[in-house]
Formats: sequence, C-alpha cells, structure tokens
Amino acid sequence: MAHQFPALTSEKKKELAEIAQRIVANGKGILAADESVGTMGNRLQRIKVENTEENRRQFREILFTVDNSINQSIGGVILFHETLYQKDSQGKLFRNILKEKGIVVGIKLDQGGAPLAGTNKETTIQGLDGLSERCAQYKKDGADFGKWRAVLRIDNQCPSQLAIQENANALARYASICQQNGLVPIVEPEVIPDGDHDLEHCQYVTEKVLAAVYKALNDHHVYLEGTLLKPNMVTAGHACTKKYTPEQVAMATVTALHRTVPAAVPGICFLSGGMSEEDATLNLNAINLCPLPKPWKLSFSWVARLPTRRQPRRPS
Amino acid sequence: MNSGPVTMAHQFPALTSEKKKELAEIAQRIVANGKGILAADESVGTMGNRLQRIKVENTEENRRQFREILFTVDNSINQSIGGVILFHETLYQKDSQGKLFRNILKEKGIVVGIKLDQGGAPLAGTNKETTIQGLDGLSERCAQYKKDGADFGKWRAVLRIDNQCPSQLAIQENANALARYASICQQNGLVPIVEPEVIPDGDHDLEHCQYVTEKVLAAVYKALNDHHVYLEGTLLKPNMVTAGHACTKKYTPEQVAMATVTALHRTVPAAVPGICFLSGGMSEEDATLNLNAINLCPLPKPWKLSFSYGRALQASALAAWGGKAANKKATQEAFMKRALANCQAAKGQYVHSGSSGAASTQSLFTACYTY
Repeated sequence: MAHQFPALTSEKKKELAEIAQRIVANGKGILAADESVGTMGNRLQRIKVENTEENRRQFREILFTVDNSINQSIGGVILFHETLYQKDSQGKLFRNILKEKGIVVGIKLDQGGAPLAGTNKETTIQGLDGLSERCAQYKKDGADFGKWRAVLRIDNQCPSQLAIQENANALARYASICQQNGLVPIVEPEVIPDGDHDLEHCQYVTEKVLAAVYKALNDHHVYLEGTLLKPNMVTAGHACTKKYTPEQVAMATVTALHRTVPAAVPGICFLSGGMSEEDATLNLNAINLCPLPKPWKLSFSWVARLPTRRQPRRPS
Repeated sequence: MNSGPVTMAHQFPALTSEKKKELAEIAQRIVANGKGILAADESVGTMGNRLQRIKVENTEENRRQFREILFTVDNSINQSIGGVILFHETLYQKDSQGKLFRNILKEKGIVVGIKLDQGGAPLAGTNKETTIQGLDGLSERCAQYKKDGADFGKWRAVLRIDNQCPSQLAIQENANALARYASICQQNGLVPIVEPEVIPDGDHDLEHCQYVTEKVLAAVYKALNDHHVYLEGTLLKPNMVTAGHACTKKYTPEQVAMATVTALHRTVPAAVPGICFLSGGMSEEDATLNLNAINLCPLPKPWKLSFSYGRALQASALAAWGGKAANKKATQEAFMKRALANCQAAKGQYVHSGSSGAASTQSLFTACYTY
C-alpha cells in the first residue's frame, strides 16, 4: 500500500475534499468575519461605535441575514469563537442561519503570536496545545473549516530561515490536526506588506515561504485536496515609491503560486492585506485573467468593510 | 537597509552576555563535582502508580510526605545532588513546619527545576508516534516559575523504535518542539534540560539503539542551533544506549558505555556542560553500574557525564517508606545511599558492593512510560 500508516481513511478524505470544493465552487469566496474582540474594537472605534458584545453581534447579524442570494458569491464565512455561539434577535444561531443559506461555517483557530528569540523581532503562532479537542468541539458545533494565520515580514534579515521553518511547521501541525477532526484547514502564511521593498522582492520571499509551507504540509501527511490556501497577493511594500498595475501584481502573484502550490490544492483565496476594496477586486480580476497555468480556483477571503472614508486598512 | 561591514557575530542576539553567564553558571553548578539530578517531577498519575506498588493511597498529603522525607535529608546530600526537578504541585508545597520545599532545597545549595511539558499529542500519518504539547503561554509560565524559585526547566520528548519508527516526522517535530522550549526557557533565565528519550520498548539490539540515538541527537542539536539556543546554558538528558527490553541478547555495562559514549561524541557538542542520563526503567544498580562504566569509557568525553534519575534514585526509598512516618530514617538512608553511589559513578569511582537489597536490583521498566 502507498503508506503503511495513513493519516486519513478514504471516506474522511472525500468529506474534506467536498467541503473545500463547496467553499470555492463557481467563483465563490470567503467572508473573513473572524476579527478578534480587540481587532473588532479598532474597526468600531473608527466609526465611533462602542466595542460591546451586543454591537459586535448586531453588525454580524446584519451581514449574515442578508438576502439568500449572497450564497452565489460567498461559499464560506470564518467566525471568531464568540460569534460561533451568538444568535440573531429572534434567538436563532448565526451558524444555522449561514448553513441554511448553504454557506460553510469556519472558525479561527490560532491563538496569537510568540517571539522567536535571536531574530529581528520575528514571531511564530501559538495554539497547538489542546487543538485536537477544540477542533472536535467546533466540528460538533457546526464548523467545517478552520483558519490559522502565520505572519512573516520583510525587513533586515527577515524573514529568517528560522521564522519561515517555524511558521511553516506550525501551519502543518495545525492542518494535520484539523483534518483528523473533519475540518478543512485554511492555510494562511501571510507575508505582510509593511516596508519599502519592491514587487520582485515580495515575489522572491513569497516563493520561499510557500515552498517551505508545502514541504511542511507534505512532511506532516496533510491531504492537500482537503485544504485551501490563503496567501498574500504579491505586491510591493506599502512604502515602496514605485507603483504597479493590477496586471503586474497578477503576473508576479500567479508566477509565485504556479512555482510552489501543487495543483491538488482546490482553491486559493487571497487575503486583502491592507489593499483598498477596489484594488483588491481589480487585482483578483487580473489574476484570473493572467495567461499562466492556473489549476486551482483563484478567489478571495476578505473582510466586510465598515462604511467609512476610503483609507487603506491595516492588516488584522 | 544598512549594508556596512558586519561587526558582530549575529545582528539579533537572543541573549545578552550577562544572561548567558547566568545560564552557564546555573548549568555548571548542577553538574559540578560528580553531582547529579533527582527527578522528583512525577505527575499526579505517575506518582499514583509508584504509591500503588507500595500500597499507599495517592493523596496530595501522601505525595507531600514522601517528598518531605527526601528533601529534609541531611545537608550532605548536596555533595551528590546538584538539582531537583519538581512537578508544579510540589514547587508550592511545604514541610510540616510550613517551610516551602523549594527553600529547603535552595538552602542546601541545590538548584530547583520544574517540569514544563504538558503531555503528548498524536502525529497523524505515523505508526502511533507523538509530539509534546506545552509551548502555548510557555514564556509566561517560565517567568512565573523563575520568580517562584526555579532556575531550570525540563521537557521530555519521546521517540520509539518500531516498524517505521522513529519516523523522520517524529524526529523533526520532537526536536523542533524541544528547541522552541529551550529558547523560551533561556529568554526567562531558566536553564533548559533537553530530554529526547528513545524509549527501551522493543526487541531491537544495542547497535540499532545506537543508530537511532545518533539520528535523534543530531536532529536535536541542529534544531537547537536553528533556534539560537545557547548550548553552554543547557543540559542534555538522554537515554543510555541499550538494547530493547525484549531483546534476548544481554550486554555488559562496558558495552552499554561504549555504545553510549560513541553516540554522544558523534553528536553532542563539547559546549554542552553536562549530560545527565535518564534511567528509563533500569534497576537502581544497573543505572549506577552503567554510569560508572560510561565515565571509565576510553573515548573523548568533554562534558560531565552524570545522572538525572527518578525511579533509579527512589525505588529503595519508596519500599523502605511504605507510607509510614516511622520509616523516615530508613527511607532517607536508602535515598542517600543511591545518591552517593551515583555520585561516585559520575566520577568513575563506584565500587559495586555486591550486597544490594532486592529493590535496587529490580527492573523498573514500565511499557510506554509516560510521566
């Protein structure tokens, strides 16, 4: 047999692959509504709304009770722990409202950063302890996918080999544990746009990071057909003076992906990482028109913007 | 980016010179002059197994009483014991006069350590292999333990020999977790004891254990290097190289010693101040005889070669105690005797008396041992 100690049975693989495909079918993408309490507080503060549980609940209720036709565009919603257990004003659980619309429910699983000593202020992500038990409970409570965001940055001697390896490894452990519990892991290795580096340098770094991530997933026996990738688009740093077109962003992005992401991955749902809503959409469109081999769905995993003046969003 | 000439070894040092000095001094103090470590960090469940064998109930008070007897032994214990590893509960327990155990030990000049790992988690896709949990919030826990009197930590990773074990994944994952733990310890002033145990379950021979132990240790030291761990401020707690428990071939202490020191001198950098072997189910006497032979082995041995024994220091003491306060003196004598014997062995000066009690020659093997 292929491997004497398979991580998953055929049935479990089938279930995971179906969930993943359902999320990205027909151009659908993901609503990332998993802002932690603190991050949601920042958002609310900008529109001068108090950060209470009720206000957070109200905002999510408005999003989730939108017309059913939303399910043509949104295949999955990522929730924060608190939101998974909240209800609308009639007492109906949000997760059931979403499921009835045919939308897959996901849950944020990482638990914040920890410093990597000996580096230029780089970090790894916590959350592996007791993760299997948490995943099992979330699966019972209606979640079918998980999300874990690793953060890498471009700076003097960053990302270091250690930061890349450590974050890739933590992502792979998380992904393995998710799959053991029937959750499709969204793998998010974000190279953040802070800095003045150009497009080419971001592409180089993104390729290194993705190569490490897929090597780690392979080492940890993760079933790629039952995962989704949530990467950054390849862009110049925010402080870079040179400007690039959506076509340039698209070419750099798809080049990096088709060199590193196996075709078995059903979908790639980009994060927006501080781009304006309009740029994110223009870039995604250009990516889907890019004339390179693109064996995966290329979609989105974005937040819902609170109505405000046009300003670049800080990454969550 | 500033691209001037590089003037320092590493631009983002993990530790200042002062912190390195503190860690190195703690490590050296633990293993100075043949001293070794008492591993008294059995979890509640594991202590329960020990107590059950001497028909004592597993209550917090009984656990406290036994540890009190050990820790209040004559001060001369500090000639043999340089450090004691405690379980969380024990770090905060007191003797019958209300004095904290950790202060009793410190006043004897013994360094106090704390178990930091939090149990195993399965590695999917392997033949039932595991990694170790405990990294989440570890920095905060270390900082608190340092405040509460601990100066070293301990984390036990477990690898086993079996069909396709240990796998590359198990070796990498456990080495990586050990390295993260070690890095976090050092950031908080604790010397990390690094324990990558290849357990003795199985019927493999001595040579196979040596091969596997070398692979594991090479991975551990590569990971420690990747994570910028300061080796002079660490200690290693490995298995001795032995055949599996179910192996029919028997080996002498000299053979065990040669295989062990060969594996170590191929993989463990000389910067590591001390190697304190675990006893892994060996009888008290074998653990001492093997340690002695290791110290007499004619290969380069730049590190102190000592002990970090749990069962092999406490078996006779437990049997002597039997849960009765009246046996305190006999318990302390049994413990002191093993401590002294192992201290001599750590200097290659142990002379086998030939009149050990039944408990000291009894195998202490438990299959698939977890603390």
